[in-house]
Amino acid sequence: MNRIAQSILAVALTGLFSTIALAQNQASIPSASSATMGAETTDQLFQDFGGKAGIGKVVDDFLTIWQADPRISKRLTDADVERLGLMLKEQFTQLTGGPATYSGKDMKAAHDGMGIRNAEFNALAEDLQLSMGKNGVSSRSQNRLLAKLAPMQHAIVTK
Amino acid sequence: MKPIHFKAFTIIAALLASTFASADDTVTAMPDMGKLLATGGVSSVEGAGGGGITPWALIAGYGTRDSFGANVHYTDLSTQDFRLDTYGAAVGIMDRVELSVAKQDFKSTKGPLNGLDIKQEIYGIKVKLIGDAVYDQNSWLPQIAIGAEYKDNKGLSGLINAPITALGAKRTSGTDYYVSATKIFLDQSILANVTIRDTNANQMGLLGFGGDLNNSHKMEFEGSLAYLIDKNWVLGTEYRDKPHNLAADNEKAYYDVFLAWFPTKNFSVTLAYANLGSIAAPETKNNSNQTGAYLSLQAGF
Repeated sequence: MNRIAQSILAVALTGLFSTIALAQNQASIPSASSATMGAETTDQLFQDFGGKAGIGKVVDDFLTIWQADPRISKRLTDADVERLGLMLKEQFTQLTGGPATYSGKDMKAAHDGMGIRNAEFNALAEDLQLSMGKNGVSSRSQNRLLAKLAPMQHAIVTK
Repeated sequence: MKPIHFKAFTIIAALLASTFASADDTVTAMPDMGKLLATGGVSSVEGAGGGGITPWALIAGYGTRDSFGANVHYTDLSTQDFRLDTYGAAVGIMDRVELSVAKQDFKSTKGPLNGLDIKQEIYGIKVKLIGDAVYDQNSWLPQIAIGAEYKDNKGLSGLINAPITALGAKRTSGTDYYVSATKIFLDQSILANVTIRDTNANQMGLLGFGGDLNNSHKMEFEGSLAYLIDKNWVLGTEYRDKPHNLAADNEKAYYDVFLAWFPTKNFSVTLAYANLGSIAAPETKNNSNQTGAYLSLQAGF
C-alpha cells in the first residue's frame, strides 16, 4: 500500500510538473518578447476582467492605490501617470487576450537605471491584487494575469 | 561523522559562505517584509519552512533577496494515542538561506504507554540553489533547495528515564539531508512540491535512528500539492514516505490535508487532518490509523 501510494503520488506530481511546464512553454513560443510573454490564445481572460471597461477600472484604481502606497509612491513623483495608465491598459489588454497591442518600451528599457528593488516589485503586485479584488476579478483570473507579469521581475528588478 | 555527511556539510558551508560573500551594500539592516503573502510557506513540524510535514524549497519569512525575515511557530498534533507539540523558530536570510530550530515533545496519551514522553531538538539549514517558485512562470524550472536537519533525541521520560536506544534504535541522533523542488503554477493557482529525503530516522527521529531491520540512510519521497484559493487561503494535501527500520514499530507514511490561512504577513494559521499511520502498534493495538487534528500557529516578520 505504502509503495503503491508513493508511486501514484510520484507519477502524479511528475506528470503535473511536466504537463503544466509543457503547456506553458507551448503558450509562450509564438510570443517570446517580454511584453507579450504567454499571451492568451482566446479572449476568455480579457472577458473575465470585464473587457476594456473592466481593465480600465482595474488600471485606474491600481494607479490610485500605487500613488497612496508609501513603499513605492515616490516612483510616480516625476512620472507621466496618464501615459503610464494608457500603457498599462494596452499591456493588460494584450496579456489577457484582448484587442490591443502594447506600444510602449520593453520592460528592460522601460525600467533601465531605476534601481528597482525586489520588495518594490512585490509591493506593486500587491497593489494590483488590491485593485483587481476591488473590481471583482476572481482569484483564478487574478493569478492568470499575475502569471504573465511575474517573469517580468527579471527585467524590472535590477538592484 | 560519516564521510558522505561530512561532504554534504562542506558543500552547504561553502554555499553559505558564497552567499554572504556576494552580499553587497544594498542589503538592508531592517526586515523588508517584501515577499508576497504565503511565499514563505508555513512551519513544518521539524522547523523548516514548507508544508506541515515536509520542507519546501521556499525560504521561511518575508525578507526579499535584499533583506531577511524570521518567524516562530507552535504546532499541536493529537492522534488517538499520541500528542506531538512542536515549537520553534526560523530565519530566512536574503531569500537564500534558512536556519531553523525546533523542539518536539511527543507524549503517549493512552494505553499501556500513557505518560511516556520523548523530546527531540532539530537544527535545520536550507539553501536555495536555483529557480524562483514565483517569478519563473515562463519556465519549467522549479525553485530548488537543499537542506539538512540535525536531530538530537533527548530520550525517554515519564514512565522510564532512558535514551531512545532503549526502544531499539541504534543511535540517539542523526541527520536528514534533502532536496526540495517547489513550483507555483500561477496560471493554474497550484503549488506543487517534491522532496527527496535521505534519512535513517524512525518516526522523524522521535523513536531514534536506525534499527534492527535497517541501519543505513534511505531515500524517501515526500510530496505536496496545494490549491491557492485566493491570496489569503491555501488548501492542500501532503504525503511523506518513511523508512521502516524497527521491527517493533510498523512505521508507515504520513498523510495530511491542510487549510492554511494567511490574514497578514505577520501571522498564519494552519489547520490539518493528519494520518501518521502506525506508531508503536504492538502497544497501542492501532496498526494503521493514528489520525487527528493538526493546528499550527506562526508569527513573524
